[in-house]
Amino acid sequence: MNVVTRVERPLFEGAEWDFSTIQRVHDAVQQVAVNELGLDVYPNQIEVIGTEQMLDAYSSIGMPLFYKHWSFGKHFARNEALYRAGMQGLAYEIVINSNPCISYIMDENTATMQTLVIAHAAFGHNHFFKNNYLFQQWTDADGILDYLEFARGYIADCEERYGETAVERLLDSAHALMSHAVHRYPRKRAADLRSEERRARDRRLHDEQVFNDLWRTVPGGEAKRVDLSAEDQRRALLQLPQENILHFLEKSAPRLVPWQREVLRIVRQIAQYFYPQSQTKLMNEGCATYVHYRIMTRLHQTGALTDGAMVEFLRSHTNVVFQPEFDDPRYSGINPYALGFAMMQDIARICNEPTAEDSQWFPAIAGKGNEMAVLRDVWANFRDESFILQYLSPRLIRALGLFHVLDDADEPHLQVQAIHNERGYRKIQRALARQYDVAWTAADIQVVDVNLAGDRKLILHHRALNRVLLEEKDAKLVLQHLADMWGYDVLLKEIDPGSDAVLKEHAASPKPGILVTVGMG
Amino acid sequence: MHIVDRRLNPSGKNLANRQRFMRRAKSLIRKAVHESSASRSIKDADEAGEVSLPAQGVQEPSFRRSASGGMRDYLLPGNKEYLEGDTIPRPPGGGGGGGSEGSPDGEGQDDFRFALSREEFVDLFLEDLELPDLAKRKVVDAEALSWSRAGYSVSGSPANLALMRTVRNSLSRRIALKRPKASEIARLRSEIAALADDEEARRIELEAELRRQLRRTTLIPYIDPLDVRYRRFESHPKPVAQAVMFCLMDVSGSMTEHMKDLAKRFYVLLYIFLKRRYKNVEVVFIRHTHTAQEVDEETFFHSPETGGTVVSTALEEMQRVIAERYSPDMWNIYAAQASDGDNTASDNDRTAELLMNSILPNCQYYAYLEVGRDAEHFPPGFIRRESDLWQTYSEICRTGVPMAMRKVGHRRDIYPVFRELFAPRQDVGAETA
Repeated sequence: MNVVTRVERPLFEGAEWDFSTIQRVHDAVQQVAVNELGLDVYPNQIEVIGTEQMLDAYSSIGMPLFYKHWSFGKHFARNEALYRAGMQGLAYEIVINSNPCISYIMDENTATMQTLVIAHAAFGHNHFFKNNYLFQQWTDADGILDYLEFARGYIADCEERYGETAVERLLDSAHALMSHAVHRYPRKRAADLRSEERRARDRRLHDEQVFNDLWRTVPGGEAKRVDLSAEDQRRALLQLPQENILHFLEKSAPRLVPWQREVLRIVRQIAQYFYPQSQTKLMNEGCATYVHYRIMTRLHQTGALTDGAMVEFLRSHTNVVFQPEFDDPRYSGINPYALGFAMMQDIARICNEPTAEDSQWFPAIAGKGNEMAVLRDVWANFRDESFILQYLSPRLIRALGLFHVLDDADEPHLQVQAIHNERGYRKIQRALARQYDVAWTAADIQVVDVNLAGDRKLILHHRALNRVLLEEKDAKLVLQHLADMWGYDVLLKEIDPGSDAVLKEHAASPKPGILVTVGMG
Repeated sequence: MHIVDRRLNPSGKNLANRQRFMRRAKSLIRKAVHESSASRSIKDADEAGEVSLPAQGVQEPSFRRSASGGMRDYLLPGNKEYLEGDTIPRPPGGGGGGGSEGSPDGEGQDDFRFALSREEFVDLFLEDLELPDLAKRKVVDAEALSWSRAGYSVSGSPANLALMRTVRNSLSRRIALKRPKASEIARLRSEIAALADDEEARRIELEAELRRQLRRTTLIPYIDPLDVRYRRFESHPKPVAQAVMFCLMDVSGSMTEHMKDLAKRFYVLLYIFLKRRYKNVEVVFIRHTHTAQEVDEETFFHSPETGGTVVSTALEEMQRVIAERYSPDMWNIYAAQASDGDNTASDNDRTAELLMNSILPNCQYYAYLEVGRDAEHFPPGFIRRESDLWQTYSEICRTGVPMAMRKVGHRRDIYPVFRELFAPRQDVGAETA
C-alpha cells in the first residue's frame, strides 16, 4: 500500500479550533480524499453555526432559506423543547446537496469533531451527491438555492396579495400530499424542434438505406386502427393513471387559480428534490461513514491527528455505527450508519481478501483489489434497494445474525421465514432490499379517473400491498385537503392488488370557500 | 473552500414561523396556559414558562400505511436461537417480532412541551379579558393633545419654515420669470470691461442690456413672500392613558392571613391586567377597621391591626383621595374591595349610600371580593348565612351599576373569578354570584 509519510506536526492539539485550524484540517482531509480515495466533489463551503441556527435548519428540513409556514415553527418548538430538556442532542453537521456544497458545522464541536464532520459531510456526502445517478437525475445542485430563494419570494408575494390565510391553507393542503408529489420515473420530455428535426432526418436516412422497391408490391391488409374507448381517451388526455397527485392537481384541477398552481408546483419541486435522499439513506450514510473512517485513520497514521484525537474520534465513530440487537431495549430498527458502513467495509474486504464463498458470490470483484474503484462505482450507480440486493454478503448476514420474520395478521403466530444460513441468504437479501424500496414502503396511491365533462368526481386507488390499509384518521384528513384543492368530490378506494377487490372506501367533499369557490351546491 | 461564520447572523430567523404556529395553535395553547396557571403561584403569574400541548389539532397528516393489519416483513439483527419455520407468539400490542418499531415517519404523536416567553404568556393569560366600560371616560383635555404633521401652509411661525419647499418654489418661479442669473450679469460686466475704446456703439448696447438685466433682478426677487411655506401641524386629542387602582381591605381581627393572601392574589392579577391596558397605573392602598387610612403596600398586607369593622370609613377615605389627587376627569378609576363580609350592622345603610352616590359614579369598575375560609373547613350541611356586606351590595348590584361581586374560598378560584369579572359581557353589573 501507500508509503506513509509522517507529517512534522499534528493539525491541532486539544479541543480548541479557529478558522485557520478549519482551513488546515480541510486541506489535509482534501489531500487524502482526492489523492488517495479519488473522490470527486463539489467545491466546499463550510458554515459555522450556533445552536439556535442548527435548530432552525432542522425545522426547515435542513434548507438554508425557506418559505414561511406554521409547521416549521412547530418543528422548531418541538426540537427546541426536546433539546432544552436534554432529551435530544443535535447533529454535528447538516450538509446540503448544492453547488457549492454547503456544510453546517456547530461551533460547539471540538477540533476533532470538526475534522470528522469535514471528512464525513464535506467529502463523503459531497462525493455521493455529486456522483450518484439518482441525484444527477432528479436534483439540480446548481439551481436549488436560487429556486428556494424564488420560492420564498413568490410565497411571500402571494401572502401579501391574497392574504396569509389563503396561502397557509393551500400550503397545508399541499404539504399533506407532499409524500405523493414525486415523479418516480423520468417522464417524456416535451419534444423540442431541434431533436424532432434530427429524428426526422434519421428516419429518412434509415428509409433510404433499407429502401427496397419490392415492398411496394407486397399486398397488405388494412392498416390496423387502434380504437380508444371514450374512457381511455379521456384518461390518456389527462395522463392517467398518475401517481404524482400534486402534479395532477397543478395541471388539471379545474378551479385553482394560477398562483395556487404555482405554489403547488413549488411544493412538489421541493418534494422531488428530496426524493433521492429517501432512497439512498443507507448508501449515503455508508459512503460518508466509510470515507470519514478512511480519512481519519490515514490522518492518524501520518501523525496529523494526535492519539488523543484519534481516541475521541473512535469513541464517537463507534457510537454512530452501533447496532443493537433486536431484543435489546435500545433497538429501534436497523441503523443505516451501521449497516451502510459494514457493507462498505465488507466490499473492501471482498476486493482485497476474499474467501472462497465471496469468490462464488461476487466473482466480478472478489480478489481484484482496488476497492476504491469498486466503491466509487457502487456509489455512483446504485440505490439502497439494488445495493443490498447486489452486495449484502453471506458473511455479513451471519455477522449481523439477520433473520426474517413474517407477521400475517390472519395467523395467530409470527413465523420465521429465513435465517442466516445457506437457504436463507438470498431470501434475506431480497426481503431486506424490499424494506429499502420506496415502492414497497410508501403507499401506492394513484389518480385513476375523473370525468371532467360529468360530475368531476376524482377517483383514486390505493393498491394495498400485503393488505396493509392506510392509517384511517390521517387518510380522511388528507383526502379532505385533496377535495378542497380539487373543488369537487373525491373518492379513494383501497384495493387488494391480488384480487382487485375493494377493501375500503373513503370519500370527501370540498368545504366551500376554503381554497376554491365551490360551485354546484 | 470558503468558511463562513454564520454565528453572528441575526437570530430569531424562525420567529415568523413561531408566530404563525402560535396563531394556529392558539386555542390549544390558551387552554394549556389556563391549566398551567392554576398550578402557578401569583408571584410568577406573568413569568415565562412551558406548557404541554396535545399533538392533535396541529398535526400534519399524510397518506401513511397503517401500523397494523395485513402482512408484514421484519428483518431483525441478532438472531440467536430461531430456525427457519419457527413460530413466535405474537407479542402483546401487536408489535413486530420484538423490539420497538419506531413510527413509520419517525415522528411521534405524543404531546410536546412548548416554551412560551413572558410576553406571550401574559398575552394569552389575559387574552379576551376586557376592561368594562372603558369607552365611558375617554377624556380629552388640553394637555393631552398630540401634534402630527399635516402638509404645508402659507402662514405659520418662522420656527416651522419649510426651507426646502420654500427654495424649491422660489427656484421654479425664478426659472419661469426668467430672472437673470448672477453668472450672466458677471459675464456682461467682464465683456464691457474688456471692450476696446473704439467700440463705443457696442459698449452702449451692452450697458443697456446690463441695466435691463439689473432692473429685472430687482423686480423679480430671489425669494418672494409667495414662495414661503410652513410645515403645518394638526392636533389630535389623546385619550387619557392612566389609571388608578384602589385596593380596599378590611384588616380587622376577623381577616386571617389566608384571607389576606387571597385578596393579595386578586390585587396582583388586577394590577397585571391594568398595567397592560394603561401606560401609567397607580395603586392606592386603603385599609380599614373602624377607621380607615391610606398606607403603603408593606403595611397594607403585613401590619396587624385590631378594631371593629366599619366599611364606610374606607369609602370615605377613598372619596377623599379621589378628590385630592385623582380627578375622575383625568384618571380611570378602578376599585377592588376585599373583605370577609363583616360590617357593623348600623353602618350598612351609610355604606350603600356612599357607594351609590359618590363612589360608583366616579369609578370605571368596582369589584367586591368576599374572601372566606376554605370551603372544606366547614362541616357538611353547614349553611352559611349571607354576610351583611354581601346583602347590602347585592341590592346595589341589581340596579345595574358598574360593579360586580364574587366569593372566593380557595386560591385556585382566584383566576376563574377574575376572568369572570372581566370577561366581556353585555350587561355590566346586572349579576350576582
